Amino acid sequence: MSLTVLIDYDSGNLHSAEKAFQRMALEGAGGTIEVTTDPDRVAKADRIVLPGDGAFPACRRALDAQTGMVEAITEAVRIKGRPFLGICVGMQLLATRGLEYEPTPGLAWIGGEITRITPSDPSLKVPHMGWNVLTLDNCHPVTEGLQTGDHAYFVHSYHMQVADPAHLIAHTDHGGPVTAIVGADTVIGTQFHPEKSQTAGLRLIANFLNWAP
Amino acid sequence: MLKTRIIPCLDVADGRVVKGVNFVDLVDAGDPVDAAIAYDAAGADELCFLDINATHENRGTLYDLATRTAEHCFMPLTIGGGVRTPEDVRNLLLAGADKVSFNSAAVADPDVVARAADRFGSQCIVVAIDAKTTSPGKWEIFTHGGRKPTGIDAVAFARTVAAKGAGEILLTSMDRDGTKSGFNLPLTRAVADAVTIPVIASGGVGTLDHLVEGVIEGHASAVLAASIFHFGTFTIGQAKSHMAAAGIPVRLT
Repeated sequence: MSLTVLIDYDSGNLHSAEKAFQRMALEGAGGTIEVTTDPDRVAKADRIVLPGDGAFPACRRALDAQTGMVEAITEAVRIKGRPFLGICVGMQLLATRGLEYEPTPGLAWIGGEITRITPSDPSLKVPHMGWNVLTLDNCHPVTEGLQTGDHAYFVHSYHMQVADPAHLIAHTDHGGPVTAIVGADTVIGTQFHPEKSQTAGLRLIANFLNWAP
Repeated sequence: MLKTRIIPCLDVADGRVVKGVNFVDLVDAGDPVDAAIAYDAAGADELCFLDINATHENRGTLYDLATRTAEHCFMPLTIGGGVRTPEDVRNLLLAGADKVSFNSAAVADPDVVARAADRFGSQCIVVAIDAKTTSPGKWEIFTHGGRKPTGIDAVAFARTVAAKGAGEILLTSMDRDGTKSGFNLPLTRAVADAVTIPVIASGGVGTLDHLVEGVIEGHASAVLAASIFHFGTFTIGQAKSHMAAAGIPVRLT
C-alpha cells in the first residue's frame, strides 16, 4: 500500500488538502494519506506533498525549524526520486530563491525566482485571488485530462519566474503571465490550490497519486 | 482572466442555518453542510459562514461545521463571527476554514490583523467592515450588529487594515442590508478604489442587476448575497449567466 505524506510545518490549512487527497485515494487512486511532522515518515513515504500558506521567508524558517525535515525530503526526492508536489508557497519553495520581504534561499530544485506579481493594468488587484483559467504550456503526466481553459483557485501575491521555459507546465493571466504549474524531474508544483479547485484540482490530485515517474 | 466571484453567505448559530434555505430539495434545511454541498454543485465560487451567535460555549459546533464542510466541498470557505485573536484564526483554519474574517476585534485593535497576517499569511485574513452612511460621501463603521457607532471612517479604516496585511475586505452596507434595494454603490466604489486588495460587496442584493452594478459601478472583485439564493429567487447559474451577459467575466461550470 503506497503512502503519501502531507508535511505539517505549521503553515496554513492542511485539513482541506488532507480531505481532498483522501477523497481521491478512496475514489480509485488508492494508498494511505498521512499528515506528519516526522522526518522518519517522510523517509518512508512513496509520495510527498508540501503545502504552504503565508510569506516565503516565514515558511522557509518553519520548514528549517523541523529538525531533519529538509534533509529527509531532499533524500527522498533528489536521491530516491520519489514524486513530490508543492502547493502554493510549497511550490514557491522549489525555486532558487524568494524575493518576498527579503531574499531567502529556496530548495533550488527548479531554477527560478519568486517575484511579486505586477499586473500591467493597475486596476487589477493583488493578491491575485479567485478563479482563473489555466493555459497548458508543456505536457506532464500530472496534468493529464486537464485542458487549457480549465479553472483553478489562486490566492497569492508572488509567483515563480522559471529560468528554463521547459519547466513551465501551465500559466494563467493577471495583467501578464502568472506561473501556475512548474515541473522538473520527479518534482511538480502548483501555485493554485488543487484542493480548492473542484473538478480540475481533484483530477490533478488523482494524477499525482497515480504518478510513477 | 480572473473571474468575478459569486459568494453565497449562510448565517449560522449553534451549527445550524438560522434563516431558511429552500433553493433545493434539502432533506434537512437546517444543516449548513447540506446547503454547502448544494451550492458547491450549483457552481458557487466560494462559501461564507457567518456565526451570528458566537460565544466560547458554542464554538465547538462551528469547528465541527467547518470540518464537515471541508470533507464534502472542495472550494474555498470563509468563516466569520466572534473571531478575536490569532489563536481563533488558527483554530478555524485547523478545523477546515480557508479564510477567517475579523470584524469588531479589528475595529477595536487593527494590529490584530497584522499579527494574524504575519503568522498565517494575508491570503487567509479577511476584514469585515459594516458601514452606515452618515452624510453624503461619508460612511462610518458600526459594530455589534450595526448597533454601536465607532466614529471611524470606513474608507480610512479599509486603508489601515489593508496596510496591516488584510488580504481582502468584506464590505457590508448596513443601510442596505436586507432591503433588496441594491448595494450601496458609492460606498463600495470608495472602498474598492482606496485599496489594492479585493473588496467583496455585500448588503442589499434583490435583483441580478444589483450584482452587475456592484462590479461595474462599485468596482467590487466579488459579490456576496444571502437571501436571493437561499430562498430560490435566483440560482447561482442564473446570476452567472446574467453577469456574463453584462460583460463581466465569470466562471461558468
